[in-house]
Amino acid sequence: MKALVVERNLPRFAAARVASLLGSGRGAGVGPLRLVDAGPPDLPGGDWHHLRPLLSGICGSDLATLDGRTSRYFEDLVSFPFVPGHEVVGVLEDGGVDHAGVPLAPGTRAVIEPVLGCAPRGLVPVCTHCGTGHTGLCGNVAFGALGPGLQTGYCADTGGGWSTAGLCAHASQLHAVPDALADEDAVMVEPTACAVHAALSAGVRPGDLVAVVGAGTLGLTTVAALSHLVRPAVPCTVAVGAKHPRQRSLAAELGADEVVPPEQLARAVRRRSGSLVVSGRLTEGADVVVDCVGTAASLADSLAMVRPRGRVVLVGMPGRVAVDLAPLWHRELTLVGAYAYGLETVPPGDGTGGAGAARSFELALDLVGRAGLGRLVSATYPLERYEEALAHAGAAGRRGAVKVAFDLRNPKGHAR
Amino acid sequence: MSPRPGFVLDVDSSTPPTLFWRGERLSLERLPEGSRVVYPPEPLDPLEDPSSAIRHALLHPVGDREPLPALLSAGMRLTIAFDDISLPLPPMERPDVRQLVIEQVLDLAASAGVDDVELVCALALHRRMTEAELRHALGDRIYDAFAPNGLLTQHDAEDPSNLVHLGLTDRGEDVELNRRAAESDLLVYVNINLVAMDGGHKSVATGLASYRSLRHHHNPVTMRHSRSFMDQDRSELHSANWRMGRLIADAGVRVFQIETTLNTDTFPGAFHFLQKREWEWKAKDRLAYAAASAALDRTPARVARRIFHSVRAPHRMTSVQAGEVEAVHALTTEHVWRQQGVAVEGQTDILTMGLPYISPYNVNSVLNPILVACLGLGYFFNLYRGKPLVREGGVLIMTHPTPWEFHPVHHPSYIDFFEQVLSETTDPVEVADRFEEDFATDPWYIHLYRTGHAYHGVHPFYMWYWCAHALEHLGAVILVGGDTKAVHRLGFRAASTLTDALEMATDVVGPSPTLTHLHAPPLLLADVT
Repeated sequence: MKALVVERNLPRFAAARVASLLGSGRGAGVGPLRLVDAGPPDLPGGDWHHLRPLLSGICGSDLATLDGRTSRYFEDLVSFPFVPGHEVVGVLEDGGVDHAGVPLAPGTRAVIEPVLGCAPRGLVPVCTHCGTGHTGLCGNVAFGALGPGLQTGYCADTGGGWSTAGLCAHASQLHAVPDALADEDAVMVEPTACAVHAALSAGVRPGDLVAVVGAGTLGLTTVAALSHLVRPAVPCTVAVGAKHPRQRSLAAELGADEVVPPEQLARAVRRRSGSLVVSGRLTEGADVVVDCVGTAASLADSLAMVRPRGRVVLVGMPGRVAVDLAPLWHRELTLVGAYAYGLETVPPGDGTGGAGAARSFELALDLVGRAGLGRLVSATYPLERYEEALAHAGAAGRRGAVKVAFDLRNPKGHAR
Repeated sequence: MSPRPGFVLDVDSSTPPTLFWRGERLSLERLPEGSRVVYPPEPLDPLEDPSSAIRHALLHPVGDREPLPALLSAGMRLTIAFDDISLPLPPMERPDVRQLVIEQVLDLAASAGVDDVELVCALALHRRMTEAELRHALGDRIYDAFAPNGLLTQHDAEDPSNLVHLGLTDRGEDVELNRRAAESDLLVYVNINLVAMDGGHKSVATGLASYRSLRHHHNPVTMRHSRSFMDQDRSELHSANWRMGRLIADAGVRVFQIETTLNTDTFPGAFHFLQKREWEWKAKDRLAYAAASAALDRTPARVARRIFHSVRAPHRMTSVQAGEVEAVHALTTEHVWRQQGVAVEGQTDILTMGLPYISPYNVNSVLNPILVACLGLGYFFNLYRGKPLVREGGVLIMTHPTPWEFHPVHHPSYIDFFEQVLSETTDPVEVADRFEEDFATDPWYIHLYRTGHAYHGVHPFYMWYWCAHALEHLGAVILVGGDTKAVHRLGFRAASTLTDALEMATDVVGPSPTLTHLHAPPLLLADVT
């Protein structure tokens, strides 16, 4: 059995950073990632179960880590060596118990909610956030029975999805996958849960204009979440800036009202909001801007196209960026982050069967099927071809792809 | 030797290649044997003494108007309106005709003791002219006498305080005009009649009107029923303007119309070969073409644009007439046809045309894709009387690079029109129904129109409506050498070469089609029987 392992090796991180100048994901061969023989990791405790990955996605945050571009903010929130891979659908060959305490039979497919909060860490009592279901906000991700690691895929003790040997999943992390969902749909549950969290925390109100900046995996799943979970209950208009033709067609298919190239998004927002323009900034603008890119440029664009007292939701993982915050002050904007998932307040009439509280993952499990998000899985690779896979993921948009994943079922994998 | 009339050349094996404009580039193309080339007449001899001719026109008006001095008196309000930057093309060498005419009007006004005089640029929904452009059109003396005192203004179709609603025509069309012009004791309009479409009641009823008024005739239905709008008697555009013009007169607005015509001496010195017939090119012309063509091919597009937009045409005045609008315009139209008319027998399956760098709406600016479409399908296609040069269901082939490029100051709403509207539909009626009002009332476009140098938000719609007749008439439009994405956005087909385009055209019109090439500029008007 094989696993891809990231080791703390500063020269290799430096080499990866240099290589990534040629393009994201291009530093796999010289970076800190190695393919090794591996066995299943030891279970950390009684509530843990082995999950054998079937598909495991490559996330933008994985690429940032392997490119050596991740913010130093995260340095003490990981433990080495770790096996990456937090977008995982796998099979519980020995069975297990899910997050609600429901027994799962051997052979059950499951996805993991990868945040390693108080419950997986054996911390009692759990923190306020975990206690209220907002596990993404847990501050104990460097403490307890496990090594530091904000999620599975960044922790030395749990293993990760980029492995044929399997990983350890705590019962609180497990969600059974309905039979109706294909593996491709299921591997999209984790990023979709992030989008669900972003869409439902965006504070969209009836009649709002929502601009989505970026149409990679996060952007497209955010469009799907806005279209399927928010708009049925809260009528709103969704405009998307998407760079590549395939992204544009998918954004339209997933329910965007207007899809334009990124450089046209501000103009589209201006038209729809009847705004004037001063120094390249709109005087009015979108009620909500969801930044699914997370760069200095995308954040500046977002701040320039949101209306006074509007809301910018930062979904794409940022690093250290230099942005002029004068408009934030002057126009009394709200800039909020949307990380991971937790417990959501669902608007009535959203199509899921009613209002109330629900876990992001449960909503995502429903949404991937309804919106057919498995179509976003564009290519899969076996672990052995990880360099190609990472290069493909790093250039996904340009190459007409969205999500690139490792196929742990099929030794050959395929691209589509 | 007197200037030769226009004519139709039948291409045979001895015919040299034909000059095609490609924006700021030029090429020579060999047309298939049996093709026809429609050449414009040579420039008419200009008036020997334009100043005397102007004076004579002012003192001997036509129609039911007294001589201008008799209409001028101390204490009266006099407004002089004049055509904007869209005329003539290219801008003419100094002195501009407007300057020559207005100087004499002002002299007469001064002699009569008129001291309440204002000048208004009749730009309708066009962009405001810059100081340099106004100085070029009016001369420094007029500009310096009026502009610093606020007596030289540019019509603002979005200033409610300076508009007055004169009533509705018998067809229910609003007539809303510039207040200063409408409430003056005398409105003198100074026109340059470059093509048969210009002038007449259109000068005031369009040039000094508001969107509320213009929308009645600047729409797809009117344009489809203007066949062509160079032929006043068969142009609904003109019928509407004439209804409005008569209402303006009935409302008591006294208009003294001064119209001028120019000859087609279009290109100066080094570019003179552009208005010669290719088989008459001498060694000097061939050398000039080779040098210009090679240099332009190596020159960045922006630099080439700057070079061409610095060209000042050696146009000279061929006529001037003044007095009552309709009587004046009848004479003017005769003069235009005398200069530009060419008799053409029969229609063609394929019409080719090389599109130059300039149209009425991109002087000192970019000929963006919408203006490319308008120049070809709006203007050049409509340079006919009787029948279009190309048969119904035929193919129009145009050569132009058609870059996806817009002047951000002059054409801001064009950018949005191209990005948003044409990405959804190219049908002029649907365009009008779904999008026009939003663009026409968009506060940002209105702000830029009123305070900057932007065309009004609705203007790109009008450009598209100009194409409506051609779009309905043609079986296909092919752009040669254009940016493929931009061409497709326009709803046209893209071809790399003229040969490819001709091959593509046979899919529409069948094998062995007839072909006619419109050899313009200089401009011509085809009288097709």
